[in-house]
Amino acid sequence: MDRFIYLTFDGLSRGLVYAAFALALVLIWRAARIVNFAQGSMAVAAVYVAYSVTNATGSYWLGFVVALLAGLLLGVLVERVVMRFVDHSSPLNGVVVALGLVLVLQGTLGIIYGNEYQPVETPFSRDAFEVGGIAMLSRYDLFVFAAVGTVVVVLTLLFTRTAIGLRMRAAAFAPDVSRLLGVSVGGMLTLGWALAAAVGSLAGMLVVPTELGVHPTAMDVVFVSAFTAAVVGGLDSPIGAVVGGLIVGLLLSYVSGYIDVTVAPMAILALLVLVLLGKPGGLFSSSKARVA
Amino acid sequence: MTGALLQVDGLTAGYGAAPVLHDVGLTVQPGEIVAVLGANGAGKTTLLRTLSGLVRSSGGRVLFDGADLAGTKVEHLVRRGIAHVPEGRGVVTELTVDENLRLGGLWRRDRADARKALDEVYELFPPLAQRRTFAGHQLSGGERQMLALGRALVGRPRLLLLDEPSLGLAPKVTGQIMALLRDLRERTGLAVLLVEQNVRSALSIADEGVVLALGRVVARNKASVLRDDADLRHAYLGF
Repeated sequence: MDRFIYLTFDGLSRGLVYAAFALALVLIWRAARIVNFAQGSMAVAAVYVAYSVTNATGSYWLGFVVALLAGLLLGVLVERVVMRFVDHSSPLNGVVVALGLVLVLQGTLGIIYGNEYQPVETPFSRDAFEVGGIAMLSRYDLFVFAAVGTVVVVLTLLFTRTAIGLRMRAAAFAPDVSRLLGVSVGGMLTLGWALAAAVGSLAGMLVVPTELGVHPTAMDVVFVSAFTAAVVGGLDSPIGAVVGGLIVGLLLSYVSGYIDVTVAPMAILALLVLVLLGKPGGLFSSSKARVA
Repeated sequence: MTGALLQVDGLTAGYGAAPVLHDVGLTVQPGEIVAVLGANGAGKTTLLRTLSGLVRSSGGRVLFDGADLAGTKVEHLVRRGIAHVPEGRGVVTELTVDENLRLGGLWRRDRADARKALDEVYELFPPLAQRRTFAGHQLSGGERQMLALGRALVGRPRLLLLDEPSLGLAPKVTGQIMALLRDLRERTGLAVLLVEQNVRSALSIADEGVVLALGRVVARNKASVLRDDADLRHAYLGF
């Protein structure tokens, strides 16, 4: 039972990171109908920026804030300079360009920072509290809960309560009609990419210190889990992304804890296949979510 | 040049290499309802889409209130006072009725008047007021048409480009919408460029009619004259 409780909290903590990352994928999918396979590399780039800033200044928090801003900026650049010019006649075009971006980013980061894992500190202790002799969760887990919780609440409010959120949703669902109503659809698309990249960077900042450290490919495995989370949730649904993230996090934690760490990636793959076979639209899809 | 609200001269446009519209000319005076008639594929929808910039023109000139619209971005059109209600009603089906209507006024600086215009639309269309929180896809065809029209009115346009409002609607609902357009014109001086397949309905409220065939204007006259021109009706309008 102790073990179960510990694994559950661990799974929820990991799951929230996947949720944030899946949310970033969903944001771009909704806005641009592109699965952003470069999300992981973009997040790693932001983590490297934070790493540099923290090393130079000694302040984790300064690095943290700069990472989110770097994410925003990178999102704007990727949309304005690259993705805007992708021909949308085939859904694969965006995917191929995103994969190309992965190679460019990973190569560039490798040239600048080297291809070794560099340990990254966490702002809070990762030692779990014990309640009644049962290890439950750490201060860092609480930080993860708070950070991802804040993102979910802020995004929800942005999309449901503000004029800019209404514009973003309208532009995603009906671009031509939105333009006729005075909405700058191109601007909303850029904003969507910027927000998504910032959320992805946050996920990177949260997950990288808990694994081997920062490396040009540090987010590759996380991307697979988060992509599965997004697909489980339906790709179109922010709530689905969060629930999908938690499902994936718990599954990984239980499988690693009760069976073996090496089996965990297979469990993720099995989940992905099961969902695609049983409910191809995802558990929370509202409409025709996927074309390919 | 008279004080026409919309003056179109020699407009040529299309998709890709082959033009759909050839040398199209028409005028809409302030407060006037002009019907654009013609068979399927005559270029009626393309005409509206070209006027609003969704389709690029390859020749000709469009003046709105004396100013050339060339180079005006689609998203700036509504600020000039032109509202385009596209074919298939253009309701954002994923958004609620209220969100759709608010969307129509988001561009406006005068927030108080945008709010007032929204309330007026709810008064004008009581069924919408009862379904504020319904998603667009939950509405009937007539309600969607009301919503698209209402959303345009929130922007207090001077010219309404209306594409096939009667499409798929029961005759009674079509009649209501036509009566509403006439009423709006009387009350607010709204000018309407109305694209319609339903020739009888359109000519019943229009002042002028323009008949398109294969992308060319083949007749342009008072609506009453077009109604009585049996040869023209047989040749181009099918009744």
